[in-house]
Amino acid sequence: MADLLTPLAQWHKDHGAKMAPFAGWLMPIQYEGILAEHKHTRTKASVFDICHMGEFLMTGRGAAGAVALALTHNIATLAPGRCRYGFLLNEAGGVMDDCILYRMGDEEFMLVVNAACREKDVAALRKRLTAAVALDDVSDATAKIDLQGPLALDVLEDVLKGTFRLPYFGFVQQTFKGEPLLVSRTGYTGELGFELYVPTRLATELWTLLLSHEDVKPAGLGARDTLRLEAGLALYGHELDEEHSPEESGMSQFLTSSAPFVGRAPSFPIRERLVPLRIEGRKATRNGDKVTLPDGTPAGRVTSGSFAPSLGCVVAFAYIAAPLAGEPEFRIPAGKEPLVAKPTTIPFYTEGTARKKLA
Amino acid sequence: MSQTPTELRYTKTHEWLRQEGGEAVFGITWFAQDALGDITYVELPRCGDEVKAGQPFGSIESVKAASDLMSPASGTVIAVNDALENAPETVNADPYGEGWMVRVALPEKAGLPKDLMEAGAYQAHCEKEH
Repeated sequence: MADLLTPLAQWHKDHGAKMAPFAGWLMPIQYEGILAEHKHTRTKASVFDICHMGEFLMTGRGAAGAVALALTHNIATLAPGRCRYGFLLNEAGGVMDDCILYRMGDEEFMLVVNAACREKDVAALRKRLTAAVALDDVSDATAKIDLQGPLALDVLEDVLKGTFRLPYFGFVQQTFKGEPLLVSRTGYTGELGFELYVPTRLATELWTLLLSHEDVKPAGLGARDTLRLEAGLALYGHELDEEHSPEESGMSQFLTSSAPFVGRAPSFPIRERLVPLRIEGRKATRNGDKVTLPDGTPAGRVTSGSFAPSLGCVVAFAYIAAPLAGEPEFRIPAGKEPLVAKPTTIPFYTEGTARKKLA
Repeated sequence: MSQTPTELRYTKTHEWLRQEGGEAVFGITWFAQDALGDITYVELPRCGDEVKAGQPFGSIESVKAASDLMSPASGTVIAVNDALENAPETVNADPYGEGWMVRVALPEKAGLPKDLMEAGAYQAHCEKEH
């Protein structure tokens, strides 16, 4: 099957982006270069084409009750105008997807899911939601553009001529060119930023409007990955998968719902734990690399790893056998000398502006 | 935008060699650094190490990829560009100049490997890969 194209594909091509397949889509990996785009996002503001991600609407009488059983998100404390991070679990308690749930009204929700998980998510949710709840996959009709960076608020207020002083994980519904626009204060970079949802036909118009601001540049999936990793954010298929429970991936703090949701009590024990690692130097470790104890005892494997441009060292996540997860030091075999990896805390990069209080 | 200096010889794996009398300097090509993207790490041999034509003499990493550096010729390493340790991005900025990697002493009698390409042939090789 040919790769799917976002509504911005022609723009990327016209602007010299390096394109590559990702989750079935042909996506921009970089424009001027990953390091430059990373730095620009940490210091000014960047736009990211995230149109590949999926959006579902779940509405109708009983939606709140049904959603609370289908997903881990705590609906009881989720007010309209707020969104929340959480999971879709399988029956055994493994993570089928990580997703953000937006509450538009008492019985009105939007779920934003990973592109690669869209089909299986729809199938699972159709089974779990009651007949009275309409599940509408609006992914194709919806464009998602992320604006991320410490100057994101100034940019947004400048180009859209409105006020967007939202709380972290708050959102507003407005209009753009007479069509619905949803803006949430969320993101995947660790910086102050917004995710914008508009009808697909307005994608290029919104994209170029944001880029008309002098502080904004486009950034690709390459920088998105280094930014999210530095921020200590998980990537589905790497840190999260159906073989691991949220607790194994260090996500227990997101499980605040008291509803008996699917997968609440995993059918398997805690076998591995996700450990954030810091490695001095520039030689990187990557997904799939083996991790051992200093004496060579096998301990686990790396799920993501990269040179961290804002830190000047290498950071990684690794699944480590649960009994060894508290060890003070690990080795990662690599060429002549093994890398020395030390457990650390996330976010790896602590200067991010994501949670900044907006006056 | 690509550059392929005519005085150099090239490998299929995108390293270059500049012969200077009985010595040769190695690096990677403009095409290679462009394909790798931002280079974050270069691992090079030590002075005195022997390198063999067609065998790895080091490795290079960018944000997205890691790759072996293949030796364009056999010889003994007599100088290493240590500046790349802290400034690997120099390879992106100036692959044929400041971004050089090692200097080797070539063995006295042996000529250069026959499969090294001249600039024209290398350019044609890159166009095929593109």
